[in-house]
Amino acid sequence: MSQKQELLKINNLKQYFPIKGGVLGRTVNHVKAVDDISFNIYEGETVSLVGESGCGKSTTGRAILRLDDPTDGTVEFDGQDLLSMSKKEMRDMRKDLQIIFQDPYASLNPRMTVRQTLNEAMEIQKVVPQDERNDKIAELMETVGLQPHQVDRFPHEFSGGQRQRIGIARALSVNPKLIVCDEAVSALDVSIQAQVLNLLKKFQNEMNLTYLFIAHDLGVVRHISDRIIVMYLGKIVEMGDTKSIFENPQHPYTKALLSAIPVPDPEKKTDRIFLQGDVPSPMDPPKGCRFHTRCPFATEKCAEETPELRNEDYMEGGHVAACHYMKDIEAGVHQPTKDTTTVRG
Amino acid sequence: MSQETILEVNDLRTSFFVEGNEVKAVDGVTFDVPKGKTLGIVGESGSGKSISALSILQLIDSPGEIVGGEINFKGDNLLKYNDNQMRKIRGNQISMIFQEPMTSLNPVYTVGQQLREALKIHRGLGKEAGTEKAVELLELVGIPSPRSRVTQYPFELSGGMRQRVMIAMALACDPELLVADEPTTALDVTIQAQILELLKELQDEFNMSIIMITHDLGVVAETCDYVAVMYCGKVVEYADVHTLFKNPRHPYTVGLLNSLPRSDMDQEELEPIRGTVPAPHEMPVGCRFAPRCPFATDLCHEKLPELEDVGDEEQVRCWIYTDEWDGDPEVKVYEPEARTAKD
Amino acid sequence: MTVYIIRRVLQLIPVLLGVSILVFSLMHLTPGNPAQLMAGESAPPDTIEQIEESLGLNDPLPVQYWDYISGVVQGDLGTSMRYNTPVADEVWPKFVVTLELSIYSTILSIFMGLLAGIISAVRQYSISDITIMIVALFGLSMPNFWLGLMLIQWFAVNLGWFPPTGWEGPGSIVLPVISLGTAGAAIIARMTRSSMLDVISQDYIRTARAKGVKRRVIIYKHALKNALIPVVTVAGLQFGALLAGAVLTESVFAINGMGRLLVDSIIQRDFPVVQACILIIAVVFVLVNLVVDISYKFLNKRIDLND
Repeated sequence: MSQKQELLKINNLKQYFPIKGGVLGRTVNHVKAVDDISFNIYEGETVSLVGESGCGKSTTGRAILRLDDPTDGTVEFDGQDLLSMSKKEMRDMRKDLQIIFQDPYASLNPRMTVRQTLNEAMEIQKVVPQDERNDKIAELMETVGLQPHQVDRFPHEFSGGQRQRIGIARALSVNPKLIVCDEAVSALDVSIQAQVLNLLKKFQNEMNLTYLFIAHDLGVVRHISDRIIVMYLGKIVEMGDTKSIFENPQHPYTKALLSAIPVPDPEKKTDRIFLQGDVPSPMDPPKGCRFHTRCPFATEKCAEETPELRNEDYMEGGHVAACHYMKDIEAGVHQPTKDTTTVRG
Repeated sequence: MSQETILEVNDLRTSFFVEGNEVKAVDGVTFDVPKGKTLGIVGESGSGKSISALSILQLIDSPGEIVGGEINFKGDNLLKYNDNQMRKIRGNQISMIFQEPMTSLNPVYTVGQQLREALKIHRGLGKEAGTEKAVELLELVGIPSPRSRVTQYPFELSGGMRQRVMIAMALACDPELLVADEPTTALDVTIQAQILELLKELQDEFNMSIIMITHDLGVVAETCDYVAVMYCGKVVEYADVHTLFKNPRHPYTVGLLNSLPRSDMDQEELEPIRGTVPAPHEMPVGCRFAPRCPFATDLCHEKLPELEDVGDEEQVRCWIYTDEWDGDPEVKVYEPEARTAKD
Repeated sequence: MTVYIIRRVLQLIPVLLGVSILVFSLMHLTPGNPAQLMAGESAPPDTIEQIEESLGLNDPLPVQYWDYISGVVQGDLGTSMRYNTPVADEVWPKFVVTLELSIYSTILSIFMGLLAGIISAVRQYSISDITIMIVALFGLSMPNFWLGLMLIQWFAVNLGWFPPTGWEGPGSIVLPVISLGTAGAAIIARMTRSSMLDVISQDYIRTARAKGVKRRVIIYKHALKNALIPVVTVAGLQFGALLAGAVLTESVFAINGMGRLLVDSIIQRDFPVVQACILIIAVVFVLVNLVVDISYKFLNKRIDLND
């Protein structure tokens, strides 16, 4: 890990969205969508941001690309601070930073053929000389598994999976270093999803691409990621390599999340942790540990003190979690304070 | 079939007529729902699974139309029922819940008003008795402080809560069959776990039969007793859930399992199904899956196989399991070792 | 809810003030000297000055406005230059006639429009749908004075069913109301149709059907209440447009209403009356919008109290 080059470095990132109210439309409150998170991404790896709706994972992705301007914090990419860049500098930077969205249809201009779409992307970033562009387009089409004769078709003439391939081709056309995949395969049927996932893995190996994967499907996440960041209500609750997170989760939220995934094997019986109630509003997040209102292990301390991300000696690699009791829970010393565990089967 | 069945669907056909063309969304679907059990109908978009579900309650809108087949509910063919008779079945003996809890409740009526409606139609309960029963139902589906919820509007509830209200509404008249069309697809995974568990508890309590429409094989494995796999408007495989996952027979079922990224094991490489689902107007004449099937022969491309019995309760629509098979007689459709070796 | 209504009423105050300032400035923006007009073409300058003095036309504008607005608040709308009588006495009876005409026309528009719109939506693409939509298109395109003339020709002159002019007795109101309400009915019918079609395809309508609710109940209870939300806005705007349309209809049917009064007063440069008419129309318009906003709130509980 140590000899790897840091590509993206995020420090104390905050993204608050103001809520206007009252007769005068003053800011009466904030949605703390992302509240003070820090993490790094190394060159050539895939990091996944996981969590449920409202945890801030998509907001983080957008903030990194400055699709929204973050409230506070720094985002360093390749040693340069993105947040202090001017609009023009940022535009040049977008060549290295691409995004693939969930809905490929909504993100493609319906009036432009595939060729025009790809041409435009290369034109804006000036990465490929004009006379070489047609060759590059043909190459891209082949790479993402589309037929060369389809290049002059419009987005509506393609299926969902094919459109996602066009989205990938567009992202790849400017030779980026980092691609943010915001639920990029979520809308696809499994048979097509597998095709796209394999494609993404192939490009990573061939071009040393770095991915920031934002996804709610933990099967996809386990398959594609080197490292995983688990978010809950705008904060990181646990972070570590894929194996550690899936096989040795420490935070009670991560445990509950993983146990909730339905396993496609009727013979497997596992303990399932049922969480009570819904995620609280990010407008008024709970004090202390944000998970304490739903946590089976919560005590008074959890309601008062915010736990920091930390490593215990039995946790491997860069594995960290933010729970006051993770060591005691691991050792069986700290027992659930609420009854929420049920055996599945 | 040895078990008592509550619903038998035979050769159901539902088509959509657009600009003079017939699109066969459900093209001769046959399956049984055993009493007190859960039948999963699994398939990808365009497989016709949701249209099949809507056809059971005859909720197909123009330009769609049920063009043939039988839907036998406790021995009576529902397709012979008139509108009035059908209304007495809906929400009473057969209920349905839908994928989108956010839009499936009427925004301008309170939760209580919407719950009371079915109780009034099918049980003749007045406002007070209806409200009492509504509170009881909300409690049953695990909604906290149910008495104050009956006066709330849907927009005041979260997605998970709304789906619970939908379930409460569906259960109002103790249905014998619940049709659940992707009931957890729009929900977060921890909420999905709550809802699936709730359905299971309610099924045990009321000996209810369930049809679970889903694209998620995890949900199938967890909640279903029997499974029908659909592809392009047809059932390609029917089996009990253990057999289906242990010994899938149809190459499409195998393809689905091999495409699935698993959260419970490490996999090096996914094996996607090649190509894409054919467009409705370009449906192959032979087996619908032949163009994407790694085992397809000339026979598969030319002639459509029937859904044949291959065991006590198992059926598959594939030439490989027939005497006419003209390919490799030793063909292995599924090799489980390849999947679990890295577990 | 009460808080919402109070807030909306308070918000009316600046709007009404603005309206009054606009109406007041009308007099000073239009060419021609009212004093000259009152005194007649050949009046000596002394007389004109005297009139200017008595009307306060020489005071600074803010003072004139203050005099004007404090009068209005007490029901004093000034004195008609033409008849030399209080404007309020002149305008009020005619306002009542116009208000009646507008209200009956609105009722007709809403009733016919909703009915036609619902039938059209429920039987989309049927003969009745197509017929209704064609009739609605005609209703929308016909100028109401022309429709009024045609109605008089057929039903008053040829058939003799209704009196051709006037506003006395139930028979006399039929033709003007139809003439004035038809365009509104057509607009509401088209709006209702598209709104209903949108609602009918919503998930919650399917939910209602899955519960075993009767088709009729689904349409009138589940769909209509949702579909009404945009229709109410259109109906409110329509009422405002009716007040304006009344001018022509009143002329065609020789009804002694505010529309006619307004036209006559403009021609005669009777500014106090013009002012009063415009002020009343503006106030009614604002009040109708208030009613629309409040009924919105009843129909759709989701509208934020702060908005």
